[in-house]
Amino acid sequence: MTPGLAPELTTGTGPRRRFVLSSVPSDAHMWNLVVLQLFIEEMGHEVINLGVCVPVDLLVDRCRAEQPDCVVISTVNGHGYIDGVGVIDALRADPACADLLVVIGGALGVVGDRNTGLAGDLLDHGYDAVFPVAAGQTGEAMGRFREFVAERMRLPV
Amino acid sequence: MTGPVRHPPFGRFVAAGHQAGRLLVQPRMGFAGVRVMRDGLLAVRASGVPAIGTVTLDSYTRVGQFDEAARAVARGLDLNGFPIVTHGADRTARMLHGVVADDFPVQVRHGSAQPERIFRTMLAAGLTATEGGPVSYCLPYSRIPLRTATASWTRATRLLAEHPDECHLESFGGCMLGQLCPPSLLIAISVLECLFFVEHGMRSVSASYAQQTHPQQDAEALGALRRLCAEHLSGVDWHVVLYTYMGLFPRTPEGAKRLLRESARLAVRTGTERMIVKTVAEAHRIPTIEENVQALRIAHEAAASEPAGTSESEMDTGIHEQASALVGEVLGCAPTVARALPLAFEKGLLDVPYCLHPDNDNRTRSVVGPDGRLEWWNTGRMPLPAAVRVHREPLSHRRLLDDLDYQRRRFDQPVPA
Ligand code: B12
Repeated sequence: MTPGLAPELTTGTGPRRRFVLSSVPSDAHMWNLVVLQLFIEEMGHEVINLGVCVPVDLLVDRCRAEQPDCVVISTVNGHGYIDGVGVIDALRADPACADLLVVIGGALGVVGDRNTGLAGDLLDHGYDAVFPVAAGQTGEAMGRFREFVAERMRLPV
Repeated sequence: MTGPVRHPPFGRFVAAGHQAGRLLVQPRMGFAGVRVMRDGLLAVRASGVPAIGTVTLDSYTRVGQFDEAARAVARGLDLNGFPIVTHGADRTARMLHGVVADDFPVQVRHGSAQPERIFRTMLAAGLTATEGGPVSYCLPYSRIPLRTATASWTRATRLLAEHPDECHLESFGGCMLGQLCPPSLLIAISVLECLFFVEHGMRSVSASYAQQTHPQQDAEALGALRRLCAEHLSGVDWHVVLYTYMGLFPRTPEGAKRLLRESARLAVRTGTERMIVKTVAEAHRIPTIEENVQALRIAHEAAASEPAGTSESEMDTGIHEQASALVGEVLGCAPTVARALPLAFEKGLLDVPYCLHPDNDNRTRSVVGPDGRLEWWNTGRMPLPAAVRVHREPLSHRRLLDDLDYQRRRFDQPVPA
């Protein structure tokens, strides 16, 4: 089990689930990962944070080995629509990962709000949910993510 | 290190601008296509303000995924910067033809932990100024071991140092994750990276500092940085560059502009030679050419109306002393800077708050204090006095988002009439 960022703060009451949190190969942004790790830990779950610039092979290997309850891909550098496809294609192509619950979110393209149309493409490639986040919508997106997780895992919100 | 300082073109340009009492402003601009990149540089040159051009590279090139960059270019996809290796030296040289001039230097900004191919391409295309560093482009920008990055930066720095035209190298150490890194650590890393560059033969360097959350603290920090540079970099050409706030940015155009203006005034007040701006698009997306030019003009106007200052700051909260202690401890732990840097991180002498890189100790924590100053909350194993303030609440995602969001809130609020 990985040590949490702030273990004393675990507030969730439902069953503890395991999350793999990861960026995409080209993205070095880290604060999104740090905040999301805390957020998921505060929901009462364990987070394996793979960090930034995660090669697709490494992500697939870790998911195969850990068999997490949910894989969260977070990226904000604007290459998400391109890199996100490579990530999900590789996960879905691996028999041990084909059925994992996988979501992606963040600032996915380079032209701001206008990008949201591309989310459908990511769903077609096999993500279970896509959370495009425009500036100022962080809290709202995290709220929707929490509800999604609760519903899919049949957990109390 | 003695003898007269020779200014290479970039350094000479900066020194001349400073003597003329002008703050040199520079965008962070990069586009995927050759034509739009050229148009962007020409627009900066024609902006009517004393400016330096920038070619910012895309993230595929930064992390060495050159195939991915090539595929994206072939499919005509948008990238977050200029893929210089993919376009190659010849196309890049043609892109720059008639753009770079004696009165318009251009710098490559790349964010790469292993920059050798980028440097080779850039030099072959005729560009001789760039930036980064073995620490500042490894910990925040990659998962590559610090020793691997340091070895690569050693070779890459030598490529620049041994080039027949004199090159300029700026440390990005003043940024470290863009936000919530207290000034003393930013200054120490920036000075140490400049020393690393000089150790590998550079004769022209710049030290950086990114605007943080409190103008007086920032002024003190810039003064401390200048003092440490004077102490450690005698005999080489050096100057200081300020970055407009690098963290979570105001979302409103007015808030973004006010933050930009505050940074320009800070630069002038502290005798800073060069400043890299942010645009009104920062919180939203990659800025357009027009937004970049607008930011340069706003920064120039704000700078022009601020009386020039020296680096003397009104208050000493111990930033110089702390930074100086860090530099001294690190230099003392190995015979060369190249060996000292990875060792220092291993021992926790340097430790960047919240940084997830596997070679970072990640025991230190920072907070925005009640008066808006950035403070240590936990100094980990760093040779610094223990944090003075015991903080109000434990770490949580809300607590952290609150601190990350501090500047945005401060500047997005409408100014009282
Ligand atoms: C800090 C910062 C940096 C720092 C990052 C330090 C680090 N290693 O973490 C530094 C200076 C190193 C940096 C570098 C770069 N950056 Co930057 N950076 C920022 C900045 C200013 C703030 C980001 C931040 O810290 N936010 C705080 C966190 C908490 O918020 P967040 O990132 O939005 O994440 C939250 C939400 O998005 C959401 N979320 C995210 N993922 C997911 C996933 C799910 C499932 C859910 C539900 C929610 C969710 O929840 C997160 C947590 O609350 C933004 C602009 C801005 N927003 O003001 C640009 C920005 C993100 N950067 C950008 C770019 C392009 C880069 C570079 C490529 C350089 C360049 N070409 O300009 C490099 C990255 C190199 C690489 N290989 O990727 C662009 C991205 C463009 C786009 N998407 O349209 C931005 C928007 C700036 C801009 N306007 O150009 N950057």
